[in-house]
Amino acid sequence: MNWTRRHVLDTDDWSRDEIDTVLDQTRAMTEILHRPIRRAPPLRGRTVILFFAEASTRTRVSFELAAKALSADVTNITASGSSVEKGESLYDTVRTLQALGGDVVVMRHASSGAPYFVAERTDAAVINAGDGWHAHPTQGLLDAYTLRDALGDLDGKRVVIVGDVMHSRVARSDINTLIPLGARVTLSGPPTLIPTAWRCGQLPPGVTYESDLDRAVEGADAVIALRLQRERQESGLLPSLREYSRVWGLTSDRVARMRPGAPVMHPGPMNEGVEIDAAVAHGSQSLIEKQVTNGVAVRMALLYLLAGAGAPAPVEERV
Amino acid sequence: MKLEGRYIEVPGFMDLHAHLREPGFEESETLATGARAALHGGFTTVCAMPNTNPAIDTPGLVQEIYTRAPGWAEGARVWPIASITRGRKGKELADLVELAEAGAVAFSDDGYPVDDARLFRSALEYAGSAGRVVIEHPQDLSLSAKGVMHEGAVSARLGLPGMPASAEEIAVARDIALAKMTGARVHLTHLSTARSIDLVRRAKVDGAPITCDVTPHHLAMTDEWVAGSRAFVWEVEDEGLHGVAYDSSTKVNPPLRTRADVRALWAGLADGTVDVIATDHAPHASTRKDVEFDQAAFGISGLETAVPLVLGGVRAGWAPLSTVIAALTTGPARVLGIELPEGDQITIDTEAEWIVTPESFFSLGKNTPLMGRSLTGRVDIAGVGLTKRRGGRRVAETISRH
Repeated sequence: MNWTRRHVLDTDDWSRDEIDTVLDQTRAMTEILHRPIRRAPPLRGRTVILFFAEASTRTRVSFELAAKALSADVTNITASGSSVEKGESLYDTVRTLQALGGDVVVMRHASSGAPYFVAERTDAAVINAGDGWHAHPTQGLLDAYTLRDALGDLDGKRVVIVGDVMHSRVARSDINTLIPLGARVTLSGPPTLIPTAWRCGQLPPGVTYESDLDRAVEGADAVIALRLQRERQESGLLPSLREYSRVWGLTSDRVARMRPGAPVMHPGPMNEGVEIDAAVAHGSQSLIEKQVTNGVAVRMALLYLLAGAGAPAPVEERV
Repeated sequence: MKLEGRYIEVPGFMDLHAHLREPGFEESETLATGARAALHGGFTTVCAMPNTNPAIDTPGLVQEIYTRAPGWAEGARVWPIASITRGRKGKELADLVELAEAGAVAFSDDGYPVDDARLFRSALEYAGSAGRVVIEHPQDLSLSAKGVMHEGAVSARLGLPGMPASAEEIAVARDIALAKMTGARVHLTHLSTARSIDLVRRAKVDGAPITCDVTPHHLAMTDEWVAGSRAFVWEVEDEGLHGVAYDSSTKVNPPLRTRADVRALWAGLADGTVDVIATDHAPHASTRKDVEFDQAAFGISGLETAVPLVLGGVRAGWAPLSTVIAALTTGPARVLGIELPEGDQITIDTEAEWIVTPESFFSLGKNTPLMGRSLTGRVDIAGVGLTKRRGGRRVAETISRH
């Protein structure tokens, strides 16, 4: 095992080896989760601070379960009722986090790049649990784990990501995790919700754009539908949700065009009837619940790698 | 003038575009610290933008800048630019003729482009009759919207809202059309895209009364700096120099653009399309910068690093030294319609290596992505009139070196 990272801020510069290390570790963690008593001791005496400056239930709970399964002490700093809402600056919060002396800070923040700000200013290991439109590394890793579980080796497999790619940290992290594993990614969605540079030929290696979803899903090995936020219509990026669901919604007809049995995923929470039909979301090809279960194991793996026995010593390092 | 050898001797520079923050934002800069920083960077004259609090929109406030500015012995001479509209609100014209009589050297609502084209037309016609140039920050605000960096492949990767190049180019095209129609001089400040330079190049061929400037940071850095790169455009990417991504010191408006844009700015400088190099010196207190990238203020503290940045492109052969010096001296004087002040002289040590530290700046604004970097070239001696300063500190008498 070759693990030298102090923080998990983005997976954009991760090697295939590093991704494999996390996914292998995840498999070991699923075994703990299958035990009658879902608890192991490797993080006993360690403190994990969950700093969520943006509303989130599922990711926060997932990290909390992961930390507790490894016997860590868990403390929450959430947005509601905390000083973040009272206008405390991120700088002040970081100083507080530093003074509290947690071993790991798991943070979610509405500003892209905020975890970099924190990692530069604290001794704790920082895990990015979602920053603005930028990255959601644990989602990317859990999606890769779930896909590999379903499809085996991802080499040469084609994954469609459909929806609001522009504002999606999930899409960016999925791309950054799936491409090094050998998969190809096809993006689909309304032109206003795909970065213009990506539509105009400056796509990351291994990624293509196909505006027509029917063509995009033809023979695809998997599809990930992204959540569509209603405010996109209000801000003039979409004519209507009705039109969106007809043109870019994941329907049974579209699933039928994929490779037979190809898995369907969604990072949640879903707008059923908008970006995904209920029949697809709850159909036999849906891995959406598996994603949630695997999320806990992936987060355990990262906590273990960052704060467990084999974790790199806290040294001065550029992030 | 002496342009050969390690030490070059040239007239003192004139900066058309600096934010000295006084009155109103003295925690970021004062007229005194800004004037000292200017001289330290080789600028013996610095034009102060009016986005202060209050905005410089009355003759009394113009006078106030002259009164408060330090004497020439303490730093560069400070010339006030007055706002185009009252309170820089873009609604009604300030008293442009009286502002000019009080000593405003130009007009600008910098930072807030005058959105209303009809009002901007009136401003051009009025300023023309007052014998002053209008300096416009070209930006279509509805298109740049909430952008915080250049819109392109890097913003797509970083998940930051972008400001498209077209937001600048649309405004440039509008301003060129109005300059041609009114015959009044318009100076477009801090152009940053290849197409903007193209538009100005063609407008000049057409005989439009247009001039423009570019900043040293747009001549040296790209949007990759937001992602952590610290390689100048004329350097190879160096992992050892890599900084941290999302460093708010790289957040500036207009944003750092692409390599192709930077090369186009240099080409424009070399062929005379670009008349002036101006710093857009924008000092900020750390409280405005030590925050999340999207929350941070725009701006780079630039007076004291202009010389090494522009010398980099000269060394790369992208424009002759004489052209760059002209863009810092006679160029800005011509835009203002005046003669270069006599007796100002600076000596530049083109080979001096120095490291940017907070202590190396006289400016209160330490906000620069160059912090910690080693630069080559610095102003050795700068003098306004007969007062000479070395390393930004006053020296007793004329220094003879060689």
